[in-house]
Amino acid sequence: MITIADVLETNSMIEKNNLDVRTITLGLSLRDCAHEDIQKCGQKMYDKITRAAANLVRVGEEIEAEYGVPIINKRISVTPIALVGESCQSRDRVILAEYMDKAAKEVGVNFIGGFSALVEKGYTEGDRRLIASIPEAMARTERVCSSVAVGSTKAGINMEAVAEMGQIIKQTAELTKAQDAIGCAKLVVFANPVEDNPFMAGAFHGVTEPEMTINVGVSGPGVVKRALEEVPEADLSVVAETIKRTAFKITRVGQLVALEASRRLQVPFGIVDLSLAPTPAIGDSVAHILEEMGLESCGAHGTTAALALLNDAVKKGGLMASSHVGGLSGAFIPVSEDAGMIAAVTCGSLGLEKLEAMTCVCSVGLDMIPVPGDTSAATLSAIIADEAAIGMINNKTTAIRIIPVPGKKEGDRVEFGGLLGYSPVISVKPFSADRFIARGGRIPAPVRSLTN
Amino acid sequence: MGIIAAVTALLAKHNINVQTINQNIVDGIFNMILIADMSKSNIHLKDLQSLIASKGKEMGLEMKVQHGDIFHTMHRI
Repeated sequence: MITIADVLETNSMIEKNNLDVRTITLGLSLRDCAHEDIQKCGQKMYDKITRAAANLVRVGEEIEAEYGVPIINKRISVTPIALVGESCQSRDRVILAEYMDKAAKEVGVNFIGGFSALVEKGYTEGDRRLIASIPEAMARTERVCSSVAVGSTKAGINMEAVAEMGQIIKQTAELTKAQDAIGCAKLVVFANPVEDNPFMAGAFHGVTEPEMTINVGVSGPGVVKRALEEVPEADLSVVAETIKRTAFKITRVGQLVALEASRRLQVPFGIVDLSLAPTPAIGDSVAHILEEMGLESCGAHGTTAALALLNDAVKKGGLMASSHVGGLSGAFIPVSEDAGMIAAVTCGSLGLEKLEAMTCVCSVGLDMIPVPGDTSAATLSAIIADEAAIGMINNKTTAIRIIPVPGKKEGDRVEFGGLLGYSPVISVKPFSADRFIARGGRIPAPVRSLTN
Repeated sequence: MGIIAAVTALLAKHNINVQTINQNIVDGIFNMILIADMSKSNIHLKDLQSLIASKGKEMGLEMKVQHGDIFHTMHRI
């Protein structure tokens, strides 16, 4: 029997505290689309995507209407295109991104992820061609997202790839400079990427995945903050417990939506990613949760500890709520996508060094961070190397989505628009890592990778 | 016609059985929650949603219908 209290609580979460399902993502294998002729490969990809995802948007809208929960995005993730395009004779891979973009527009999804390469240990020729195509692909398409894995706990870090990605990010920024380097907002560099992440820009459909899956990303930072407002003087054990219980409820919504979408689309259910993913809207901020826990402003000393508690409590609560939890599952800290983070950067309480510390204890990494346009490729590579090292040593996923905005310097405002938000440009250290990055080679896998 | 009378008449017409009605004031706004069983109904949830939304518009109120699973799922292990 449903009780009145249940109805009031649930609907309050939705209507007042921005509880939503952030995304239903269809993961799709394109392994069978390989062809020597790149146009034929692209066409096969287009046909398969449009066929498989034909009902995705409609089903998402139906579920939203029936249950009264907003389902903000419907998206697609595909097999890393470096693999799909491996046999193509042509040097260029931009054409494949264009087919992906066209397919995404046809079915009505707002992003399609997987224009990706996994080069943790080294490159194939197909990997090289894909990576070289990224800047132009990001400039020429609207809805395609790209990612490159440069390291893992098992493989170590490919420092040649790290060096290249600094340059690729610069080129992508240059080609999209008229829109504040928005191309870089669709490009992620990873260490230890997961194969079933439903969130963009880092989503791809890994090779260990089946033909198709439905993965759901929930969200609800506002709901967590509201729950903590009820316990303003409580000790941190109670805070952790409150977050845990709230994360359970939020994840339950994701589980329901995932099972329904799976049933209606006749696609197997993959995972629920129980991440707290903020948006720039008021009342939807992860930084504000940390401040509610007792910090004057996000980035103050104590932020890393608070985030460690939050991230862990979210995972514990969510685990019980879903039959299969996966993706990134924790707290996201994208700077331009979180009203509290934006304010913290603006007032000076939050900078790159604290953000780096925070990535040691939360799910994502240095995310949606605008830096000065004159930041060198080598410095970008060094920032990537730092994040990759944190991920490699701590056996966790770390990611970098960094945006050197041409013509802008520290403190200037950057607007990406919509869910991608806005932010002041954050400063980087002026000291050089040129010689370190120029060395290339591989940072070997750490001793902790030898788990057998 | 009263709100309860109008809504329950519509539900009865479509063989939908009322289980609980609760009225309260939340943040100064009048709120009515009605829990019903439509397993024996001759219409689908989607149709009920349109009918209720229209009735609401007619009466100058916001009315919506939600599938009960979302409440079950959130508050039970």
